[in-house]
Amino acid sequence: MRTKSLCLLFGALILLLAAGPVSAKDLKVGFIYVTPIGDAGYSYMHDQGRQAVEAMVGVDTSYVEAVQEGPDAERVLRNMARKGFDLIFATSYGYMDSVIKVAKQFPEIIFMHFSGFKRAENVGTYFGRIYQARYLTGIAAGKMTTSNVLGYVAAYPIPEVIRGINAFTLGARSVNPEVQVRVVWTKSWYDPATEKEAAKSLIDVGADVIAQHADSPAPQEAAQESGVYSIGYNSDMSSFAPDSHLTAAIWKYQNLYRDIVKQVKNDTWKSTDIWAGLDENVVGIAPFGPMVDTETAELVTAKKEAIAAGDLQVFSGPIRDQDGELRVEKGEAMSDEELLGMTWFVENVVGTTQ
Amino acid sequence: MSSTIIIPLLAATVQSGTPVLYATLGEIFTEKSGVLNLGVEGIMIVGALSGFWVSQASGNPWLGFLAGGGCASLFSLLHAAVCLVFQGHQVVSGLALTILGTGLASFLGTPLIGQKAPGFSRIFIPLLQDIPLLGPILFRQDPLVYISYILPIAIWLFLYYTRWGLALRASGENPRAVDVAGISVQFYRALGIMIGGFLVGLGGSYLSLAYTHIWTNGITAGRGWIAVALVIFAFWKPGRAVLGAYLFGGVMAFQLRLQAMGTTIPSSLLLMLPYLLTIIVIALASKRSRGGEAPAWLGVNVEPEE
Repeated sequence: MRTKSLCLLFGALILLLAAGPVSAKDLKVGFIYVTPIGDAGYSYMHDQGRQAVEAMVGVDTSYVEAVQEGPDAERVLRNMARKGFDLIFATSYGYMDSVIKVAKQFPEIIFMHFSGFKRAENVGTYFGRIYQARYLTGIAAGKMTTSNVLGYVAAYPIPEVIRGINAFTLGARSVNPEVQVRVVWTKSWYDPATEKEAAKSLIDVGADVIAQHADSPAPQEAAQESGVYSIGYNSDMSSFAPDSHLTAAIWKYQNLYRDIVKQVKNDTWKSTDIWAGLDENVVGIAPFGPMVDTETAELVTAKKEAIAAGDLQVFSGPIRDQDGELRVEKGEAMSDEELLGMTWFVENVVGTTQ
Repeated sequence: MSSTIIIPLLAATVQSGTPVLYATLGEIFTEKSGVLNLGVEGIMIVGALSGFWVSQASGNPWLGFLAGGGCASLFSLLHAAVCLVFQGHQVVSGLALTILGTGLASFLGTPLIGQKAPGFSRIFIPLLQDIPLLGPILFRQDPLVYISYILPIAIWLFLYYTRWGLALRASGENPRAVDVAGISVQFYRALGIMIGGFLVGLGGSYLSLAYTHIWTNGITAGRGWIAVALVIFAFWKPGRAVLGAYLFGGVMAFQLRLQAMGTTIPSSLLLMLPYLLTIIVIALASKRSRGGEAPAWLGVNVEPEE
């Protein structure tokens, strides 16, 4: 009996706290991250975006980190919604169904889901064209390799990763038609030991540049220890491989998040699918390492400007697949829809998409 | 495959087998005393975190390595408390330890993600490293690998050639007799849990100090469970643990290299190999031994004497 009343008291207290003072004019923006923020990596980059939003006038942010996809995510989202947040960013693909479910119950709150494809009246999606940055890093790798074998440590064979490998390969090919990109799947987003071993196995078969689509800096370490070059991902990983790190494909969410928050503040927000790239400075590349020669650096910078200006499209024909079959005709470019569902490798990639 | 592939493959086999070897030896030690500890995965990750932490704070990787073992040992004391003092169920307590350890490490380790700590790198052993074939495979590794060469022998000598080892094994084989002889079963079981936990922790800190030099959530990625399985494969013998750990490490290193060489076999199939091998090997081992190799009182609690 006593415990029951205590529970009730606590419940009431929590409700009071939850309904706590909400300032009328400040926009409350919540973020949920799938991993801890840490000092580098996926959630760290999203949090950089959050800090940019926090710096805006009349905006209040808070976040919950390391929220697992599934029931946990749903609980956290619902909690945030009850606490009177106006706008909630769910930053992992796997939150998709939880977002749709909770959004239905809170029609007055705006949800933005990263990298998903399900939308609703109050749910929008946003994503970045990181493949454009990968194309640029591919150019650098294609220029710097002497063995003409590039290694790519990749997490899961999903369209996002396959698209990145293809863009990287097309970039390398554009300056070095002889180049070969070898892919090793680790089937995990975060298993540093296996990622490092995968990088080492690529180096053993002659790769002299290691690129990655996995979150830990372990492949960079392997490159540094073996004296080959590397290409980072997510953020500038040069501190892990100062002698190897050519550049990195990086996310710059600051602008993207600021824009979305501005729209919500000005009441101009509508549920759409945002897929921004170099043109809006949502993705980019890290500063070049000292080993990158000026010619390469200038070439990459020129291509970067061409993509940002819309003069160059990464996936424009002719593009052949691994078997040499022509997939994209000369003069044509792949549509966004085709890109989002990409499941085949382009020419010059060695490996399987299974 | 040329020797330029084979030698790096075998060297990688040794390296990727080493953390599993430490953990398997630890669990053998614990199980020999009659205590089943399914908390290996959790203890290992506690070791990985504390090793990294102390190495970063002190700047000395050796201190980190020892702290990894020490903290893991203290953590596994929980298992001793539950099973030896309160006579709790060993399987349940072990599983709880795994869940607790993983969660605790993830919670406490959050600020360390993405940071760097001093770790171990390769040290080539003079003369030995020049032995054809064996030299580049065995003697161009990091110091912790060298320790893992001596460890199975040391454990074997301890278990089979010392009075303490005899008492520890007897606590697993025939605790009543130990009790009658006036020796405390609980003491030797606690010893088994703590030293076993220490070794498992060393395996964990190998991951964050030598294999890679980073800390991250879930760094053990199931290696603790592989160790539990390898104990059965090894028939609870330290020597066979070496074989098992390298077999697992070898298949892991091999499947990655097969991918790097451009095989058309789907990677999903290749990634199953290490685990498939573990299952097959256990099935075969269990059939051959019919459980006769396990300590007779493994997993059974003994009431402390009045």
